[in-house]
Amino acid sequence: MNQTREIIRNGLWNNNPATVQLLGLCPLLAVSGTVVNALGLGFASLLVLVVSNVIVSLIRDHVRSEIRIPVFVMVIAVSVTIIKILMQAFFYDLFLIIGLFVALITTNCVIIARAEAFASKNNVWYSALDGFFMGLGFTFILVVLGAFRELIGYGTLFQQMELLFGEGARHLKIVVFDHYEGFLLTILPPGAFIGLGLIIAFKNWFEQRQPQPSSVAVQQTAT
Amino acid sequence: MSEQPQEQNSKQENSISKNMLVNAVMLGLFAIVGTAIVAYTSEHTHDRVVANQRDHGLRQLHQLIPPSLHDNDLDQDVIEVQDKLLGSNQPMKIYRARKDGHPVAAIIECIAPDGYSGKIKLLVGIRASGVLAGVRAIDHMETPGLGDAIETRKSGWIHQFDGKSLKDEPDWRVKRDGGDFDQITSATITSRAVVKASYNALRYFKQHQADIFDRKAGQP
Repeated sequence: MNQTREIIRNGLWNNNPATVQLLGLCPLLAVSGTVVNALGLGFASLLVLVVSNVIVSLIRDHVRSEIRIPVFVMVIAVSVTIIKILMQAFFYDLFLIIGLFVALITTNCVIIARAEAFASKNNVWYSALDGFFMGLGFTFILVVLGAFRELIGYGTLFQQMELLFGEGARHLKIVVFDHYEGFLLTILPPGAFIGLGLIIAFKNWFEQRQPQPSSVAVQQTAT
Repeated sequence: MSEQPQEQNSKQENSISKNMLVNAVMLGLFAIVGTAIVAYTSEHTHDRVVANQRDHGLRQLHQLIPPSLHDNDLDQDVIEVQDKLLGSNQPMKIYRARKDGHPVAAIIECIAPDGYSGKIKLLVGIRASGVLAGVRAIDHMETPGLGDAIETRKSGWIHQFDGKSLKDEPDWRVKRDGGDFDQITSATITSRAVVKASYNALRYFKQHQADIFDRKAGQP
């Protein structure tokens, strides 16, 4: 399955929403202070991406092109609202922390971008796959950024994992630097920009070192 | 010659307005179906969400006054009061804990208006003897990594209020200002705000103690 491989590679690396498409920066930068927040928002975004891609793909032949954008926006808003309500009902403690940002997923342009660029032109299976791997790629960068900021900002890794995985996960916290004073810059929003910049720089450096000329991914930028 | 284009024009207009109508109906349908799905989900989870919210509120209250100390419904035995000492001109809640009908403690909701990044909402638990059962910050926008040490899940700073009262006359200022309370490193403004608000809540309690416990729940 050539297209399946293509979708996986695009989502995770070649056309990664965070490092190549540079989409969804608002939640990416706001909620990457610690690994657990990053994971929580990453999973929620992934879920919304899959659900919205599937629905958009299902209705793609019945929606006229003039009104497709408002319809996609409605589909996304409905999926996000339902996920938010379900979170309030079943994961209330996590909701208290990332609830605000779950509502903001509606405005995450990764989701409308995938609906428009992929799901409205492909079948349900590939659309779901695209949503899943785009979401995974987004989560991956979120977690890397979260780990970087948590490590430098607090001197720990995986603190407060119990919010996501229950009390048993409390011991996952690793204190990397003892008696660490903390480094405020990385916890505040500028640290997120610097961190993301470093990640993108690293990715570009890594690709340039590859001997074979890799195909240049089309850069899309949006708010 | 001139008839043909006219006919085409009116045909075009016809098809444009027809298109618009179809599009409008379609958008409307999507809106209705979407709203219906959200309404259905909300309807079926509403009770659970309300229970979660109540549970969460009760857990916060029970951190200050454990369930073993009282036998009434803490979140039902509530009055609302308005006083400058509580840091807001909005009505604030006071939860009353009783055992066998006798007052045990009150949990006063109050606001420290002068935090580093705006208001800090606090719950101040005061035993009937006038001793602080504890203070909790329940809502704030203080700097992550510094001022948010007022949260119990970030640091134990706020536990220093446990057991303090007006009677042992501690100096209600942070040490940096010559008082008796530790400040959070690099978050002195936040610390000052919380110390002052807790002090004011204690003073309010002292002035209105009888009224706080005697007033019927729900009465203004």
